[in-house]
Amino acid sequence: MIEKERMIHIFKTMNKIRKFEEKALQLFEQNKLRGSVHLCIGQEAIPATVCSLLRDVDYITSTHRGHGDCIAKGAELGRAMAELMGKATGYCKGRGGSMHIADFTKGNLGANAIVGGGLPIAVGGALAAKLKGTDQVAVAFFGDGASNIGTFHESLNLASVWKLPVIFVCVNNLYGISCHVSESTSVVDIGTSRAQGYNMPGYSIDGNDVITINDVMEKAIARAKAGEGPSLVECKTYRWFGHWTGDPQVYRTRQEVEDWKQKCPIKRFKEYLITNNILTNAECVEIEEDAFNQVEAATKFALESPEPDTSKVMEDVFCEN
Amino acid sequence: MSIKTYAQAIRDVIAEEMRKNDKVFIMGEDIAKQGGIFGCTRGLLDEFGSERVRNTPISEAGFVGAGIGAACAGMRPIVELMYMDFTYVSMDQLLNQAAKIRYMFGGKATVPMVIRGQQGIGRGNGGQHSQCVEQFFMHIPGMKVAMPSSPSDAAGLLRTAIRDNNPVMFFEHKALYATKGEVPDDPEFAIPFGKANVLKEGKDVTIIGTHLYASKAMNVAKTLEAEGIDVEVIDPRTLVPMDTETMINSVKKTGRAVVVHEAHRTGGPGAEIASIITEGAFKYLDAPVIRLGAKQCTLPFNLGLENAVVPQEDDIIRAVKAVLYQ
Ligand SMILES: Cc1ncc(C[n+]2csc(CCOP(=O)(O)OP(=O)(O)O)c2C)c(N)n1
Ligand SMILES: [Mg+2]
Repeated sequence: MIEKERMIHIFKTMNKIRKFEEKALQLFEQNKLRGSVHLCIGQEAIPATVCSLLRDVDYITSTHRGHGDCIAKGAELGRAMAELMGKATGYCKGRGGSMHIADFTKGNLGANAIVGGGLPIAVGGALAAKLKGTDQVAVAFFGDGASNIGTFHESLNLASVWKLPVIFVCVNNLYGISCHVSESTSVVDIGTSRAQGYNMPGYSIDGNDVITINDVMEKAIARAKAGEGPSLVECKTYRWFGHWTGDPQVYRTRQEVEDWKQKCPIKRFKEYLITNNILTNAECVEIEEDAFNQVEAATKFALESPEPDTSKVMEDVFCEN
Repeated sequence: MSIKTYAQAIRDVIAEEMRKNDKVFIMGEDIAKQGGIFGCTRGLLDEFGSERVRNTPISEAGFVGAGIGAACAGMRPIVELMYMDFTYVSMDQLLNQAAKIRYMFGGKATVPMVIRGQQGIGRGNGGQHSQCVEQFFMHIPGMKVAMPSSPSDAAGLLRTAIRDNNPVMFFEHKALYATKGEVPDDPEFAIPFGKANVLKEGKDVTIIGTHLYASKAMNVAKTLEAEGIDVEVIDPRTLVPMDTETMINSVKKTGRAVVVHEAHRTGGPGAEIASIITEGAFKYLDAPVIRLGAKQCTLPFNLGLENAVVPQEDDIIRAVKAVLYQ
């Protein structure tokens, strides 16, 4: 059950993510961003809903497609945008970039450019919670492609035998770069099928539906907090844009993309909110505009921020004892 | 001769060797329909089909290991790693398995396999996608290490790599893929391993540079020529086996050496080369050998920071002047 206030929070977060990503694309096309940018447009329901159930003390690990995860976990848009631009005011002082935003004060243990790199780290966050006797939980976000790398399998087994409070959230957007899941993955439903092998509850659900994601995550979090161990939640969704900005997308049809755009998670949740008299259309539009304005302000902050000081490049290799 | 990019040169050699030998096949992520994210396998799927041009799941330890097994069983796999940073994900298969199989099993097995992919800076990919990692494979015995710095070297060294009966780490550089150069049309054109390339002769100082630093060293040589300094430039081409003779003889002539690469300076290839020169030409040296390499910090995302971490041409010029006591 989602209480009204949290519903509105989720809707706001989804809009912030969407506007942030649209801006990132625009800035990239204007040559204001370096490197490659992996957009999560079309997948917003997952981070927004999952993180609405987490507190600052709960952990997440994220991926190369991690802007949405970090925003949902409470990142300031300005510092996130500044990191995309490699500015000194960015979350990682401009050293990380788009694929490496971390904010330890909000429980974000970092985005990872190594596919599968974050899962064991989330397991470690959950292990620490167990050892310290806290009620913290950890969530590992990762893609369908990541479910084929060794760390996925090692992490699920470890978390299962140690009954750790971790939830593995597989964001199945049907592709790992150009490779369709059916070409790379031994099962159709990663959530239900692979969980069996590791003796934990597994779910394969509609990742564009806030209500479904919420129901399943509530169960998984309750189980984690009760000391019963991990769960695997596969959320089926789609990325509207290329794997990265500039992807020729030879591996899919325009029609497929258009079909999925019809299943827009934000539009769908908006309709739900209006139908159920939670928000009026006018209130929804206001939230959308507010998200846009927040992103504009964040972009201004990032553009005006200074470049990092090159004389400090050797700082932070080690810390003081 | 044909003018080709570094990426085309690689693609063409793979295709030619696959045509000649049906034991040769290639696997890696997004190499089939997509043709590799840098285009090095473009068109191969259409010509050779999906059995010999295999898309893999994101399972580096798994498919690198499968390459080793297939090589032991008589095939000649080429395994593409999308970024050589991902060698770390498959390191056990590379260094505990591929490198050791022949020796540990008493010389009975052969592992004719090429692991190829790109590395280095140049695309703002951040700390886990910008590293140079050749040094790890020099340290552990059992693998050959090639470092082509031009389209022609890419073609000639790759053909040798594919025909070699040992595991070969073939390091490409992402910033070189679009560079163009003349490549011999001879379908047997091959450059032997362990033969350095003397890019320019000179009598005052020897600069030894790999990958991007072969051409940067040439630029520096040109700049310094105007100041009356005559630089010899050597590209080792392969680090295992290493052409120690060419480098030692060069320093016997010049008496001074600067070694430069993009990999981290500490424990990098330059440390090994500096030792080889010091041991082999000690009496001829007029100054200590200087090594240049990336600073001991993770490659930062920001361009200004990245430039502050890896050696610049100015750093090479300063090093040359330092060994000349200028
Ligand atoms: C270990 C490793 N192998 C390969 C890559 C290159 N790579 C980056 S993202 C990606 C696809 C990931 O697919 P998925 O896990 O489904 O996430 P998505 O991009 O769809 O969000 C690949 C192959 C990498 N970063 N790390
Ligand atoms: Mg995916």
